[in-house]
Amino acid sequence: MQNVNILKDQYDDIVKKHSPKNFVFKNIFRAFWVGGTICCIGQAFSNYYYYLGLNQTQASSATTITLIFIASVLTALNIYDKIGNYAGAGSIIPITGFANSMVSAAMEYKKEGFVYGMGAKLFSIAGPVIVFGTIGSVIVGVLYYIF
Amino acid sequence: MIDFLDYAKAFVVGGGICVLGQILLDRTKLTTGRIMVIFLLSGMVLSAVGLYEPIVEFAGAGATVPIVGFGHCLAQGVIQEVGSEGLFGIMTGGLKATAGGIAAAICFGYLAALLSNPKSKG
Repeated sequence: MQNVNILKDQYDDIVKKHSPKNFVFKNIFRAFWVGGTICCIGQAFSNYYYYLGLNQTQASSATTITLIFIASVLTALNIYDKIGNYAGAGSIIPITGFANSMVSAAMEYKKEGFVYGMGAKLFSIAGPVIVFGTIGSVIVGVLYYIF
Repeated sequence: MIDFLDYAKAFVVGGGICVLGQILLDRTKLTTGRIMVIFLLSGMVLSAVGLYEPIVEFAGAGATVPIVGFGHCLAQGVIQEVGSEGLFGIMTGGLKATAGGIAAAICFGYLAALLSNPKSKG
């Protein structure tokens, strides 16, 4: 009984000793450089489209489309998931993460069919983003119209 | 050479936004989808009050590639459309500005999933 009480007292220290030491900084570093690199790739495409004669908005939109295409292909080849395991938010926050969430969910439910499997699950994570984005844009529009 | 600074800015700002996401991911119990929605909505709010446009001008793709930039795009789209079309623009502006990205994500996403082989995942 004595032993158990001692153990109870030391419990916090023991947990502290065995729990993973500050992975936070490692994760932050990984998210930073992978996220930054994805943005640099975006910048390169954006500069290229601008050079081809598109205006700033069109170039930005074309860049988004290109990055989504690349992310979809990489997800289908199971490469993006590996990047995701390494980079965490560095691969989620860029628009490529949005495409990845759609493709990986659709892939996972492929066996449930082309309509209710892939067609529906495509939106399991991307759906909320589009829903809140649309509602938000309407609210912004209403506010802007009034004021 | 002139490009180098653009890339450095894009890298630092884009990386910085991802770090904010990583902190949320590590320190809270928020899931991926929720973090995306939070970033999207904060992009819209920042954009609507005019704080995001300077960041885009400074960092270029560093500000437009993260999902925050998607929110910015929605907000700017609806603001411009209300300016030119009036009341009707409230419903059309946001999705019109982001239609390219959404259509691309749906088309490429579905096709990629269709052609992929989920068995190789294990």
